[in-house]
Amino acid sequence: MADMIDVDGKQLAVDEEGYLADLNEWVPCVATVMAKQDNLELTEEHWDIINFLREYYEEYQIAPAVRVLTKIVGKKLGKDKGNSKYLYSLFPYGPAKQACRFAGLPKPTGCV
Amino acid sequence: MSEIVKKILYLNRKAPYGTIYAWESLEVVLISAAFDQVVSLMFMDDGVYQLVKGQDPSGIGMKNFSSTYRTLGDYEVKNVYVDRDSLAARGLTADNLVQIAWEDVDTGEEMENIVTVIDASRGCELMAEADVVFSF
Repeated sequence: MADMIDVDGKQLAVDEEGYLADLNEWVPCVATVMAKQDNLELTEEHWDIINFLREYYEEYQIAPAVRVLTKIVGKKLGKDKGNSKYLYSLFPYGPAKQACRFAGLPKPTGCV
Repeated sequence: MSEIVKKILYLNRKAPYGTIYAWESLEVVLISAAFDQVVSLMFMDDGVYQLVKGQDPSGIGMKNFSSTYRTLGDYEVKNVYVDRDSLAARGLTADNLVQIAWEDVDTGEEMENIVTVIDASRGCELMAEADVVFSF
């Protein structure tokens, strides 16, 4: 039996690590609900990263590893954001893992 | 992060769908590249089909991972080789293949396309130069 999360009264399946089972079921509220479970309040800065990850997945069909994420965020959103200190301040459980989970993506390839 | 850096060559010889080899190889490539190894890829035989652009495997219920190859530049993979004879035997040229851009954010060094078509003799050299060759 898969675990479920409650999003706006809808039950969505997640895997044993909390990643959304079907990324097509994602709605922005999924991120809000997951963030609440992690005691996080999502700000505009969080959404920049979440939306960026979704676009990256749309284009390349993978969730980037954390080093790659840091690099490409720097390229796309500015050098001041392309460093792990900034990204960890937003996503304390690991920018790639936690942000990908909020974005409804699978666990990044190359993450242990 | 690993302290031992090896030159790893991934040799891809099978068609993208029908077996799991192509996708598994790509996943291993992304993982090893993320751990600071010097990674090169070589495509030969039916493996050249993995890089053909404009794929649509939705009819067989498979994920189209051909676009994932284009992220290799972000993973600091700088060398992607394709065997010329294998392309020719299948009526393909470099124009049929995806392009993979590469950029060093620190130095600003850029390459528009790291996919290189090579002759068999160069392929032999590359295999001899590698510390490890993984064949998929």
